[in-house]
Amino acid sequence: MNASLSNAYAWPDAEGRFGPFGGRFVAETLMPAVHELEAAWDAARADPSFQAELDDFLTHYVGRPSPLYFAERLTEHHGGANIWFKRDELNHTGAHKINNCMGQILLARRMGKTRIIAETGAGQHGVATATVCARFGLPCIVYMGAADIERQAPNVFRMKLLGAEVRPVTNGRATLKEAMNEAMRDWVSNVGDTFYIIGTAAGPHPYPAMVRDFQSVIGREAREQMLARTGRLPDACVAAIGGGSNAIGLFHPFIGDEGVRLIGIEAAGHGLEGNSHAASLQGGRPGVLHGNRTYLLQDDDGQILEGHSISAGLDYPGIGPEHAWLHQTGRAEYRAATDAEALEAFQLCSKLEGIIPALEPSHALARVGEIAAEVGKGGNVVLNLCGRGDKDIFSVAKHLGVEL
Amino acid sequence: MTTARIDARFASLKVEGRAGFVAYVMAGDPSPEATLDILNGLVEAGADVLELGFPFSDPMAEGPTIQRAALRGLKSGLTLKGTLELARRFREGNADTPLILMGYLNPVEQMGYPAFAEAADAAGVDGVIIVDCPPEESADLVEALDAARLSMIRLATPTSDDDRLKVIARGTSGFVYYVSVAGVTGVKEAVAGDVAPAVDRVRSATGLPVAVGFGVKTPERAAEIARVADAVVVGSALVDRIEAAVTENRDPVADVLSLARDLSHAVHNAHAAEIV
Repeated sequence: MNASLSNAYAWPDAEGRFGPFGGRFVAETLMPAVHELEAAWDAARADPSFQAELDDFLTHYVGRPSPLYFAERLTEHHGGANIWFKRDELNHTGAHKINNCMGQILLARRMGKTRIIAETGAGQHGVATATVCARFGLPCIVYMGAADIERQAPNVFRMKLLGAEVRPVTNGRATLKEAMNEAMRDWVSNVGDTFYIIGTAAGPHPYPAMVRDFQSVIGREAREQMLARTGRLPDACVAAIGGGSNAIGLFHPFIGDEGVRLIGIEAAGHGLEGNSHAASLQGGRPGVLHGNRTYLLQDDDGQILEGHSISAGLDYPGIGPEHAWLHQTGRAEYRAATDAEALEAFQLCSKLEGIIPALEPSHALARVGEIAAEVGKGGNVVLNLCGRGDKDIFSVAKHLGVEL
Repeated sequence: MTTARIDARFASLKVEGRAGFVAYVMAGDPSPEATLDILNGLVEAGADVLELGFPFSDPMAEGPTIQRAALRGLKSGLTLKGTLELARRFREGNADTPLILMGYLNPVEQMGYPAFAEAADAAGVDGVIIVDCPPEESADLVEALDAARLSMIRLATPTSDDDRLKVIARGTSGFVYYVSVAGVTGVKEAVAGDVAPAVDRVRSATGLPVAVGFGVKTPERAAEIARVADAVVVGSALVDRIEAAVTENRDPVADVLSLARDLSHAVHNAHAAEIV
């Protein structure tokens, strides 16, 4: 293993870098805000009362810990290692996003910010942000691509019910990338009173590290639960990757455990050949966007390409910088699943386990069979079931040619 | 590091006792040929310094006007290489007017910092403004620009306190671009009363001339800013003119230069107007 990934793994460095990745590539107007946030986050995480408050909300509001479930019939179906689901789809609001939003809103309150903004792709982060804003009585503006508003109509209605204002973004392909541009523009224009709750482990430092730390509750619980249930660590952890917050949340507590394979599944869209996918690590190269240096889908001139995935939550041309680093150092492996494979896995999981997964973890479900076979019978694979599929039934029905 | 052209221009403005007019347009908006005509025409109209935007797909600090200009530039097929070629053609016919490239880091990073700096120098570019490359991230780029004797021009903003201004000043040369509103380009209007003390603060912290931009839309406002700053930057208002002409099937060059003459006149005569 790379020496830099020993048990002393302590990335990012003081400049917010994971090796060459990460950093703070924002307009000068935002630099004081980014430094202020970093100082506030450093103080909060060193303050036991902040962690105690967060833990209390995670337990009684979010519903943590989420169960670790042995997916017996899926295991039998694939015939390899035991497959376990980390059930983050059972969280309040139906996905892992709330873990991070709860942390960030408590930090925003601590900092005295009075206005919350967010970007959303699938709408899960938007719903989670609108939820915590409702809970704490703060105004909430969510930027969402017009194309995503169409494919995630139920979540748009949820956000509105929760009192958030959903602002459609029509630039470009009108998906997550453009929503994030608009949120950055809002932040730069309202930097004094506004807290930007970024939904994935990307953006300028300290976001990648902060979001990872809030999401690492997933991996910490999974580690304890596996030890309690099986007496040992899992052989592999598997998670879907868009920006990569659910995956880094599962992976991070296992990074120092050399025997545990960490496998991220990117969205291959219509296939990795061509540009109709959202697999930044496998189909992109390093560059700078949205505040960080990371792997990006881009052309020779450095113009950012529009990704594609059936899953609005994975449809993003970049990836969190820590995944870029884990990829470069080889500590984590990255594979991909196509739209069609994800759709098939979505149906298989629904029928075999009675769990309708979101399209995002369906990408991980699409690869878990081959991973279970590689690990072999008697081994254990933990898959992060990071969201439930209720939000996706309309778009899945459409893809399957079913009229609702 | 700085180039002779920028220093000479600000020195002569000081001698003349007037503020400079800095004009911004986007390369390739609406076509590379039109941009070249506009650049040459802006000099004739009285622009003292030119800022040439190079298009990026995700211009995060721009308002709708410059966002659309970037899309038109990309649509006309312009890349960073194409922008440098435009700069080279401009420089063939103009030896004195400082030319600054302004844009986002990723196209520069994909070309490679040393390759970019050498190509920009060879094209007759004098300095660069990279919106999303703050001092903390710019050591390698500054090194490459220094080697090619190009200025790294940084932005100072209403959110920059005195400690931050010291950070901004390090490695900056030529002039400092004071962003007069906390926001994106071309949306909020600058308030002249807020700008004067800010310009003094930036000038004393950096020891460099201060150009003020973002939110300067009319000749009247340009004149107000010209009374307190070393130079006034106008971008979105010029780009709006180009867009309107394109939309209404008029010649964008004639339209934008007409506004440029008014702005230039207002900036250059601001001090005289004050005395009268």
